[in-house]
Amino acid sequence: MEELRTDSEIMQFIVIKIGPEQFGIDIKYVDNIVRMQNITRVPKVQDYLKGVINLRGEVLPVVSLRLKMELEADEYTRATRIIILKVDGYEKTGIIVDEVMEVLTIDSSQIDKMTYDANSDIKVNYVNGICKVGDNLISLLDLNVVLTDRENA
Amino acid sequence: MDVSQYLEIFIDETKEHLQNLNTQILELEQDPNNENTVNEIFRAAHSLKGMAGTMGYKRMQALTHDMENVFSEVRNGNIKVKAGMIDILFQCLDALDEYLNNIQSSADEGTNDNEPLIKSLKAILDDKSEEPAAPAKKETKKAETASDKDLWRSVKLTDTAKRVLSEATRQGKNVFGTTVYVSESCILKAARAFLVFKAVEELGEIIVSEPSAQDVEDEKFDLHFSLIVVSDASLEKLIAAIKNVSEIEDAVGGALDKDSYYVEAEAGAQSSDSASVQDAAVSNVSADSSVDAKQKDTKKTAVSKPVVNRTVRVDIEKLDVLMNLVSELIIAKNSLESAATVTETAMSAAFNEHLEYLESVTTNLHESVMKVRMVPIESVVNKFPRMIRDLSKKLNKKMELYMSGEETELDRTVVDEIGDPLMHLLRNSADHGLESAEIRRQRGKSETGSIYLDAYQDGNNVVIEVRDDGNGIDVEAVKKKAIERGTITAEQAENMADKDIINLLFLPSFSTAKQVSDVSGRGVGLDVVKSKIEALSGEVEVKTKLGEGSTFIIRLPLTLAIIQALMVIVGNEKYAISLGSIQTIEDISPSDIKLVQTKEVIHLRGSVIPIVRLNEVLDCETTKKPDENMVVVIVKKGDKLAGLVVDELMGQQEIVIKSLGKYINKCKIISGATILGDGEVALILDANALI
Repeated sequence: MEELRTDSEIMQFIVIKIGPEQFGIDIKYVDNIVRMQNITRVPKVQDYLKGVINLRGEVLPVVSLRLKMELEADEYTRATRIIILKVDGYEKTGIIVDEVMEVLTIDSSQIDKMTYDANSDIKVNYVNGICKVGDNLISLLDLNVVLTDRENA
Repeated sequence: MDVSQYLEIFIDETKEHLQNLNTQILELEQDPNNENTVNEIFRAAHSLKGMAGTMGYKRMQALTHDMENVFSEVRNGNIKVKAGMIDILFQCLDALDEYLNNIQSSADEGTNDNEPLIKSLKAILDDKSEEPAAPAKKETKKAETASDKDLWRSVKLTDTAKRVLSEATRQGKNVFGTTVYVSESCILKAARAFLVFKAVEELGEIIVSEPSAQDVEDEKFDLHFSLIVVSDASLEKLIAAIKNVSEIEDAVGGALDKDSYYVEAEAGAQSSDSASVQDAAVSNVSADSSVDAKQKDTKKTAVSKPVVNRTVRVDIEKLDVLMNLVSELIIAKNSLESAATVTETAMSAAFNEHLEYLESVTTNLHESVMKVRMVPIESVVNKFPRMIRDLSKKLNKKMELYMSGEETELDRTVVDEIGDPLMHLLRNSADHGLESAEIRRQRGKSETGSIYLDAYQDGNNVVIEVRDDGNGIDVEAVKKKAIERGTITAEQAENMADKDIINLLFLPSFSTAKQVSDVSGRGVGLDVVKSKIEALSGEVEVKTKLGEGSTFIIRLPLTLAIIQALMVIVGNEKYAISLGSIQTIEDISPSDIKLVQTKEVIHLRGSVIPIVRLNEVLDCETTKKPDENMVVVIVKKGDKLAGLVVDELMGQQEIVIKSLGKYINKCKIISGATILGDGEVALILDANALI
């Protein structure tokens, strides 16, 4: 085992796929993962807001991560899932992802914080760290950015 | 004794008494000779004093005591009611209110002694010519009642008690018997008794108590109890100490006739039999008489018990939970219903019967839960007459407040919030709306301005109107000011309807502008009124006519969680429209649609109604062909109408309103969502936003 480091912490991430890229979402913010279901469209709202769903009697908004990151629109497949996020300070919200891969347990020392500023690429704003697992790179989603309205950005 | 457990009840009842006093004194001002009113005031003041005393709020007690004295003199006809006196009394009520507020926030009455008020009360009392009648009357009354009030004579003495008493007498101590009468209106009898016990024990020792000390503490006694006391102090001192406890109506007593050498202190001579004989006699008599007295008293209390509503205080959060459960139940019922329609052919009649039964149960359950949360707006509006009276004095304008519909019920949470906006509007009317007497005369109006507060139920809404017959809003002045302030441009102003101009008054920027209120007489804090009402999902509307007065109409939803709705289909989507806002449903041929200022309207039974094509508003494709007849849902908001074009009607349904949350609140025309029987989410259209 490695020697104890004060900032070392075991973290668990849910690894999801959007297009070819893999993203990680801290498991403590994940309330639920549900299959794709009928989404009721809400008129006159931002395009990435796909609408609302009924999750056991609760009406929750659903956001398309693809549209929010300005990628091409979702294509719903059998693998498509809605991840229900519960972050303090925000309402429960669902995000649509192409696929849920696995649950990953890593040590916080494996995470590289995003240090460079690359405003040219909008996607980078949604990521606050990168985790190297074997050959794979997993971008860790900054949920605050994901859940904040982009209107004024 | 710890009185904190009574604090809540004390606060509530004090509030009630204060409100009652306010109302009654107002009445007294109108009709100074009404005996009933005076009596009512006296009673309320008396109970207030008593309660304050019990709770140990000395300042409050002192003030009410002096108020009570004044009322008592008024009641006896020794003082006449004068305008100045009414003012002082109102100030007293305000002071009491202040005490109460302090108590409510910190369980302490504060340190304001209100000396000047007490002095002015005393001055009122001193004003009357010395009239010995009252005290004399009191004395005769006391003398009369003394004989049959001396219940202490029938107190049963045990052998031990007798020995203790004899010993005390030999030591030269005084042995007294006393009967204490608690006032009928007393609420915390046990607390009173406790105070009496305490007062007596400071002076001596209680040897016997009847009923027993335990029973007295548990409030197991009627309006009186008797004590046998051994003390060094004099009888007068003892009685005085007892009477010092508030809400003690009377205390009578005398030296206990223990031995023949002992002489009775009171006038009535007592037979000087030997102790044993006397005691035997007493015990015999007491057994009967006390039983008699008890029976009599129980009967009396049973009859005289005031008729009050039996109520339970419930935390509103618990009701919310109950409400949510009812919502769930309704959703479950809807699911059952839709399941039944899917496999209709296989369904037996019995199933439908049960379903209908379930429906009636859920509907009733919902209604009763709603009703539990409903309270009449009376509790809010009944403080207004007093406020108008004060304003009338302050502004030096004559005005009358006429109220109707105080019994109209609203959700508790709404009632709690509605007071401030209403007060604001009334103040506005009194201050800015009504003209001075002079101008009113010139305009041929009665000198006394009238303000009306009317509440009534209108469909699923409760409407509260604040109306005055004053000056009305000067639209031109508002327009000028708005242009001056840069709120609108001169060109905009040209094209704005009067209604829109008046609505400018509700903008926050207008509220702080003192100049506007000088010119137009409006605009102080109206934005606050509006935001508060809107927070309750209500709305405010103004109607005004220059020179004739203005009306502020507040519309509040009756129910907040479950509504009856019409389900419609637009494109391929289902939407709900609150049944309360729907006037009619019409079948319209496309050729009936006319254009007015390039906007589509229909002419329906004499009124021109603008058409809203929902598929356009909601950004979806209609499933109808252009030449097909259209289904138009006519909705109303106040007296405005609009026709909503939908593709299909699904029918009426009870729906549970769910919030869409902050994330999607940008969409004004959607007021919420609901979950249908098949688990699908349908959006609720806000008809008000579409008009």
